[in-house]
Amino acid sequence: MDLTDVGISADRRDDAAPASSPSRSARLRGELKRHPSLAVGGVLATVVVIGAVAGHIAPPHDPLAVNPGLALAPPGPGHWFGTDQFGRDVFSRVVYGIGTDVVIGLVVAALAFAVGSMVGLVSGYLGGWADDVVMRVVDIVMSFPPFLLALAIAVVLGDTVRNVIIGVTIAYVPFIVRLTRSGVLTARGADYVLGARAVGALRSRVMTLHVLPNAMGPALVQATLMAGWAILDVSGLSFLGVGIQPPSPELGVQVAQGAPYITGGQWWISVFPGAAIILAVLAFNFLGDYADDKLRGQGW
Amino acid sequence: MRRYVIRRLGLAALTLAGMVVVVFLVTHILPGNPALVQAGGYANAHTLQEIEQQMGLNRSLAAQFGSYLGNIAGGSLGTSYTTGNTVAHDLLTRLPATAELAVAGTILATIVGVPLGVAAGLREGSVTDWAGRIAAVIGTSIPLYWLGLVLIVIFYAKLHIAPAPTGEINAFAATPPAYTHSLILDSLLSGDWSAFFDASRHLALPAITLAIVETAPILKITRSATAEVAGSDYVRTARAYGLSRWEILKNDILRNAATRVLTALGIVFGFLLGGSILVESIYDWPGVGLYAWNAVTTADYNAIQGYTLMVGVIYVLLNLAVDLLYALVDPRIRFGPAGTGPGRRPRPAWPGRRVISPPPIERR
Repeated sequence: MDLTDVGISADRRDDAAPASSPSRSARLRGELKRHPSLAVGGVLATVVVIGAVAGHIAPPHDPLAVNPGLALAPPGPGHWFGTDQFGRDVFSRVVYGIGTDVVIGLVVAALAFAVGSMVGLVSGYLGGWADDVVMRVVDIVMSFPPFLLALAIAVVLGDTVRNVIIGVTIAYVPFIVRLTRSGVLTARGADYVLGARAVGALRSRVMTLHVLPNAMGPALVQATLMAGWAILDVSGLSFLGVGIQPPSPELGVQVAQGAPYITGGQWWISVFPGAAIILAVLAFNFLGDYADDKLRGQGW
Repeated sequence: MRRYVIRRLGLAALTLAGMVVVVFLVTHILPGNPALVQAGGYANAHTLQEIEQQMGLNRSLAAQFGSYLGNIAGGSLGTSYTTGNTVAHDLLTRLPATAELAVAGTILATIVGVPLGVAAGLREGSVTDWAGRIAAVIGTSIPLYWLGLVLIVIFYAKLHIAPAPTGEINAFAATPPAYTHSLILDSLLSGDWSAFFDASRHLALPAITLAIVETAPILKITRSATAEVAGSDYVRTARAYGLSRWEILKNDILRNAATRVLTALGIVFGFLLGGSILVESIYDWPGVGLYAWNAVTTADYNAIQGYTLMVGVIYVLLNLAVDLLYALVDPRIRFGPAGTGPGRRPRPAWPGRRVISPPPIERR
């Protein structure tokens, strides 16, 4: 018997499927109608994923192929987004780069969630002085702007993709710790947890199977939004020259490479990669918005 | 009240001490080698050793921590390798330029964000509400640096309205004497109108860039504060008395929502005082953000340390000030248990971040 189910169904309000559930597609349509965020986020995510996959499998041009004769060509039929100062096709680089950024964003969000939810779970469930120390540290780390903290860590560790991921993850973990912990504090006093403890379940079992699933909802929503933050922060760092280095077709690197040409009116080298960043971040933000709606049944 | 103030001051002092330690940990314990960054990848072992000695990296960690603390206590924050000045001097002379930008950006964002937020909060689910919601989502999805570049393309390269993105004033213009290190104020103080107009023109684009991104959190906070007050019992009572809509809006809703909006504005402004590295690097704006970026590219560790500390300290002190003001206004905070009172101030997020607020903790 799984007591967790009881806890979950008691917490869910608006979206319990009626007893005679309609077909799957009808339910999906109803859901999309009630939550435009899901529709918008879903469409954006699909576009981004298809673009990224296609960009990796079959880009129209080699994203790294230099062609000096074609440098700085404006957008046109041969090169939809024009070419950069080395004659590389901007469109191919954008669709290739968006995959890089989205994958990094997902990795950061997953890492921050994994580490943060474990720390928050242990800290909140055990309580005591360890909890106090953890929360103090969380407060301190959160007093630095995440971008700045990630920047400082990445600069000290050295310019590699791995180090940027580490830096950004460290800056994000406290947000997850706080959210998980406050969920744990609520869940650990619930009757189903008492029940599980009464039948003699191990502490580790109670924590992972009963408390955590009921406590991690807000943290999961936050992690979804964090994938978007990570794309902004990682591309921002590479724009500043920290982390991912040229000629890698990463979007922030591309915006930086086009920046010197901006004042001369050659806008396409920077503008298209940045627009791609917006699309990817918007996808995560709308999906996070939807998840937040579902979780709390309230507006923005 | 006194007990609350003492407790809150103690907490702030603890956090500040913790920040000092965290910054040291990041710059000294993490397995990077500042000397190697400074020397470049092709330096031989001998040069590397020399630089390590120069930077004091060959000493024990305890000794390094000691001199780090000494630099903070002495108020110099160490010497910058690139400028040769103390980091504190560098930061203080650049802060006014950043403050100029932050003030202008916050004013613009307030003019747009607050009325929109009130309108959205009064009519939840209306078209205005939806428009505001979409604007807020988009506002948190735009890369700041990209937005800056796009504005330069449109207003400088295409329309020729804005001046070139080369800092606070034309490169060859004579600058007024630096009384305050804020060009706008200095030119006003010295009555130099041409410098004033030039400086204002240069201020416009970077301020708009910041304002566009800043509007989203202001809009969001105003909206939720307005909606909360509009749904309260006392507003319902006022309605039942038959007071006019305008009177309720003016006397009950706006007045009660104002505290939250004002404190949020304070925090957002404090964040901008840290200087946006991204915006200042694009517009070549000579503030603390640009200084930090130069420090990053030249591996100027003392400067990076000092800058990071400054930003954190500004944030902690602002939060402290806001908390104390809140306690003065709202007795539930000063008498409730630490941080759990019903009037607990929601922690404003860093601008551009949507932070999920945890559900209220029910202790059973």
